[in-house]
Amino acid sequence: MRQGRTWLFPTRPHIAASAAVGGPMEAQGPLARDFDVLHEDFWLGQDSFEKAEQKLLEEACEKAIEKAGMKKEDIDVFLAGDLLNQIITSNFTARALAVPYLGLFSACATSMEGLALAALLVDAGKAKRVLTGVASHNAASERQYRYPTEYGAQKPPTAQWTVTGAGAAVVVEGHAPGTGVHITAATVGRVVDMGIQDPFNMGAAMAPAAVETIETHFRDLRLAGDHYDLILTGDLARVGHRICVDLLAERGLAIPRDRMADCGLMIYREDQPVFAGGSGAASSGTVFYGHILREMVRGNLRRVLMVATGALLSPVSYQQKESIPCIAHAVAVERVDPA
Amino acid sequence: MIFFWAFVVGGLICVIGQIMLDVFKLTPAHMTTTLVVVGAILGGLELYDPLIDFAGAGATVPITSFGNALVRGALAEAERSGLVGVLTGIFEVTSAGISAAIIFGFLMALLFRSKG
Repeated sequence: MRQGRTWLFPTRPHIAASAAVGGPMEAQGPLARDFDVLHEDFWLGQDSFEKAEQKLLEEACEKAIEKAGMKKEDIDVFLAGDLLNQIITSNFTARALAVPYLGLFSACATSMEGLALAALLVDAGKAKRVLTGVASHNAASERQYRYPTEYGAQKPPTAQWTVTGAGAAVVVEGHAPGTGVHITAATVGRVVDMGIQDPFNMGAAMAPAAVETIETHFRDLRLAGDHYDLILTGDLARVGHRICVDLLAERGLAIPRDRMADCGLMIYREDQPVFAGGSGAASSGTVFYGHILREMVRGNLRRVLMVATGALLSPVSYQQKESIPCIAHAVAVERVDPA
Repeated sequence: MIFFWAFVVGGLICVIGQIMLDVFKLTPAHMTTTLVVVGAILGGLELYDPLIDFAGAGATVPITSFGNALVRGALAEAERSGLVGVLTGIFEVTSAGISAAIIFGFLMALLFRSKG
């Protein structure tokens, strides 16, 4: 079922369980208690950052499957993505899981690309239990996208700190037991490119993409500005979040300011050295699959629109001075109280 | 007074570098090499040594001094042994700094994991 560009899921696919894994910086952040596993070791005992990132995703997947009361053989399809070249973190995790697998890439928006597709597969009856996950590791991203970590290049205050972590969720048919959180709709984003070339100001580059998707979602479903308890963007951080809020107000979408938040701003304390805030696939991945779903289960949130934002640049496109195309995918979730 | 001028001149060179990064969006490598080339040009025009006399460490510590030293070494050797001296003299003044970087870099790489 479709309304405008927005998918509706009449069978209301259900999030049976979710899990979030974080690194040392995330352990010092204000959401630490809503992580399932926290690591004090930046290397996670591995001999490379890439292997550490893979371990993050493996742990998040294992934990989500375990919390759903399943075994990995019960999973019909695994949907995952990450930020490393050729999404090796997801591919190698899928090797260990040995279940049917589809690799995804929407940069940091992959978390909601995965959740939207998981809901679609379950709603369409093509799968009964779908596992979806994302991961990013600060140092692995740094050396791929920016400079070698040992180089110590300066960064401007608009730069963001890639979250070290992973988030995963198991999506099942509507009536199964679990968190009580159902997926009601998803809006797939369009690529928006405002010509920004600075990879140290990705929040500003991504904000218009988030605005485009949020506007489309509200228009398609004819929703009032206060329909959701929270509209959460993935990793716009300080600069991008402000632009997003201002742009939405300018377009006449009356969303109360206190109902808009950004995962990149929530995951770290103000005094942590993370520049403008968090970024990375695990920004929305850990905050949504860890903190937000728990808040929904606790009864503090009922309806949430998660808008994961992604900057679709590659190290090559940046070196060749291309601008940064951006995308945002939105998934609407709702807690249904047991009847 | 030399401390004051060292602070001002050294600081100004760093401000120029910072502006190259923040305003002109150069990469750190482009900024560093540009400053080396500027130092070399100033050295060739015999303008850098007067700056060193004036500001002391304020002019010798920043990377521009490295460019100046390359040119000074090459010119001095060229005077002694002709055109070939440009090649043989280029690292004459700077050899201590470069050798130290290589040797200490090697020693540190033996002791610690040098790759992030």
